[in-house]
Amino acid sequence: MTITENKPTNIIGTRLLRREDPPLLTGEAKFTNDLNIPGALHLSVLRSPYAHAKIKSIDVSAALKIAGVIAIYTGKDLQSAWAAPMPCAWPVTTDMKNPPHYPLASDKVNYVGDGVAAILATNETASRDALDAIDVQYEPLKAVVDLEDALSDKNVIHKDLGTNKSYTWPLLVEETPGCVEEAFKKAKYKIKERYVQQRLIPMAMEPRAIAAVPQPFGGDITLYSSTQIPHILKVMSALTLGIPEQQVRVVAPSVGGGFGSKLDVYAEELLCMALARKHNTPVRWVEERTENTQATIQGRGQIQHVELAADENGKITAVRVRIIGDMGAYLQLVTPGVPILGAFLYAGVYDIPKAYDFSCTSVFTNLTPTDAYRGAGRPEATYAIEMGIEALAREMKIDSFELRKRNYIKKEQFPYMAFSGLTYDSGDHLLAAEKAAKMTDLAGVRAQQKKQNVPGATKLLGVGMSSYFEMCGLAPSRVLASLNYSAGGWEAATVRVLPTNKVQVITGTSPHGQGHETSWAMIAAEKLGVAPEDVDVLHSDTAISALGLDTYGSRSLPVGGVAIALACDKVIEKAKLIAAHQLECAAEDLQFVNGTFSVKGSPDRALPLAAIAFGAFTAHNLPDGCEPNLEAQVSYDPPNFSWPFGTHMCVVEVDTETGAVKILKYIAVDDCGNQINPLIVEGQVHGGVVQGIAQALFEEAVYDSDGNLKSSNLAEYLVPAACDVPSITTAHTITPSPTNQLGVKGIGEAGTIGAAPTVMTAIIDALSSLGITTMAMPASPQTVWKTINEATRGGKK
Amino acid sequence: MKVSVTVNGKEHHGDVEPRTLLVHYIRETLGLTGTNVGCDTSSCGACTIHLDGEAVKSCTMLAVQADGASVTTIEGLAKDGVMHPMQTAFMENHGLQCGYCTPGMVMAAIGLLNENPKPTEEEVRMGLEGNLCRCTGYHNIVKSVLAAASAK
Repeated sequence: MTITENKPTNIIGTRLLRREDPPLLTGEAKFTNDLNIPGALHLSVLRSPYAHAKIKSIDVSAALKIAGVIAIYTGKDLQSAWAAPMPCAWPVTTDMKNPPHYPLASDKVNYVGDGVAAILATNETASRDALDAIDVQYEPLKAVVDLEDALSDKNVIHKDLGTNKSYTWPLLVEETPGCVEEAFKKAKYKIKERYVQQRLIPMAMEPRAIAAVPQPFGGDITLYSSTQIPHILKVMSALTLGIPEQQVRVVAPSVGGGFGSKLDVYAEELLCMALARKHNTPVRWVEERTENTQATIQGRGQIQHVELAADENGKITAVRVRIIGDMGAYLQLVTPGVPILGAFLYAGVYDIPKAYDFSCTSVFTNLTPTDAYRGAGRPEATYAIEMGIEALAREMKIDSFELRKRNYIKKEQFPYMAFSGLTYDSGDHLLAAEKAAKMTDLAGVRAQQKKQNVPGATKLLGVGMSSYFEMCGLAPSRVLASLNYSAGGWEAATVRVLPTNKVQVITGTSPHGQGHETSWAMIAAEKLGVAPEDVDVLHSDTAISALGLDTYGSRSLPVGGVAIALACDKVIEKAKLIAAHQLECAAEDLQFVNGTFSVKGSPDRALPLAAIAFGAFTAHNLPDGCEPNLEAQVSYDPPNFSWPFGTHMCVVEVDTETGAVKILKYIAVDDCGNQINPLIVEGQVHGGVVQGIAQALFEEAVYDSDGNLKSSNLAEYLVPAACDVPSITTAHTITPSPTNQLGVKGIGEAGTIGAAPTVMTAIIDALSSLGITTMAMPASPQTVWKTINEATRGGKK
Repeated sequence: MKVSVTVNGKEHHGDVEPRTLLVHYIRETLGLTGTNVGCDTSSCGACTIHLDGEAVKSCTMLAVQADGASVTTIEGLAKDGVMHPMQTAFMENHGLQCGYCTPGMVMAAIGLLNENPKPTEEEVRMGLEGNLCRCTGYHNIVKSVLAAASAK
């Protein structure tokens, strides 16, 4: 037997290449739809073509005659299959309205894509052919598409609720009662703006795929799903189907991106499980892209009214925010909580007094349900405050960067107790912003702009910026309790040193592109003094990783990664007792450096972890009361969110004749504290920034007034291609988080949070000489041209 | 309908339904699941393969249209356990995250360099227009392709 030696490692902070890559690069990796599952029946879901309609009748007789079709179920047929409606885990208020939501609609459909019937067939072709052969008679109803229309309750979607309003969630923080109103009365400057966050389609490149494999005689069932949340899905599906939880195993194979869209418990997962149990045979389903745009959650969808009050120096004295949130037709897993996640960020990175008045009213519409999409509430908030800062600077006729500087929370104010009662862990906004300005050559761009943006010029230069906080690392469980969230925010880790000194790390995080296997191996390697290649990282299978709360909200490193470090500490503590026993010294006289215990002052009296691991396995010579084996498990509840921050800047050129916007330069200065692997950090920023640019310039789920999705596939919904986006210049400042031993913060959503306002402020800056102060997203050539036309030619062609 | 295709150097003869797309033939009949499907409009490029040396979207053609042709899929790139230089370039430059678009992206990138061995950044971006990625923002994909080109 070869025992792996312990050797010095200095691995954290290096650009270690990803171990995930070779299987993904060679086609060896298995995504859910790649799994070979003999005997599986194929599920297809017939979906409503109407946004709002009564189901008058469903005739499946012709479809049942198609060769290969085994069975067809309607919503009514399956009513007894569910022990509970589909789950919403975030009842943000005690009186929140939540219409019953089942995997198939029974009497009425409420959005285009709502499931109406489930077809099981021996092959995918037959199940899809059957879709066309089912005759459903609908009685179309008027669709509620517009948020303000929904709010009016003129046309109530869920009659039993009596209203389209799901909830109103206020956050009023006042130093003294009435001080917000007082501040607005006294304000030297104030602004009042309205912004629209268009609906976005997350569009992970791998459509969802599912396979439910039952064990007919044992009663167990394994669900393979392209999900971000195997652990949450396990408990939620057990509850919804009424299956004892211990009989459900959920596995997330390779998952092709999520961005929040796979942070859900979906109808198709429940249908596959229910029908697999009913038919005692595996059932699988794979989503077509057109289904994905309609039946997978969408993101954003808010109307924001933002008011800022400021004194004569531009110091913000009060913030008032009113939001209408678009829930879509039903509440999915965390739908109602998304706007609430942003509620704490409408003051951005600025030092404001306790004069904050936020309220969000969320409404049902006859559209696809919304839920968390990369950033979830925080990009919306950041957009509003950063656009608001620009508006205030215009009002004051000063440079917006100067206005930001007057309001930034200062480095020495950290840890900073915010108006909300939350503590911002660490930051240096000015440092990041000045670095971004320098890299942008802000002064040079401004000089160029003066030369270029002269009357009559058709190529106008603009520079934009945004400073942001990414409140992430979800989350301290007690804070979640105060927000009425139904679960905690901890993460679990197990670290086990095997007899040969190889290390197993078992994590409750569930990666789908973030490179956890590589990063988590680096953390354990550094802590235990082994090579990262000697660390195996196991995840995404509830039979292996029993405890976990999965991957979303940029939580994996600041919660899950820190849990691994703590589990390593526990292993080291135990190993130290064994080492002390074998070296015949007191444990407190030992030091652990580079994987070896040695007696302080007598370096020759030493034992490597390898020897202790083997000794713990043989258990021949352990101290009294010491259990064999070297392993430790930790459930870590973070004491705080983590607060990454940064400043992004970009330079754009707007063609006033075509409306085309070209990003000439994009600079992202992000601070996520200590970096485990800068290669991966940069990748997260690149991808996030492009998703933010996509919201600013390209993407929108476009609905007509009847609730039909006009951008229902990748030919119509403009996910940017390589030629549509610039290369991204990334840089970092490093301000470690004081709340965890690794000093780390999340980085998954930062790019998306920073990018949309950066691009939009740049476009408005470019067009400011034309008197343009607002621009709708996406700023497509048509929208930009129209806005210019209205501003300069009175809207006439 | 009868179809004979050489895939990754191995000949396959079979009977397929006329409406079978090449990508489904590759994935389901031959069991080569490295080639992915990401859309239903030939927009995403996840299914890109090489047909007689040229990068094509395998969802855009029928299996029977490939009769007599030579197909290379992502599984056919590595030789003797060593990845193709383009695969290595993607790994070294962090040109992939979730990896779903990657097989198609790598096949398209090799096709691009076959036509234009020393492209500029702009040419790489234009050349990969038919392949969508949602994770990387393309930055490191472009870097990977340029690195592979300069290593040639």
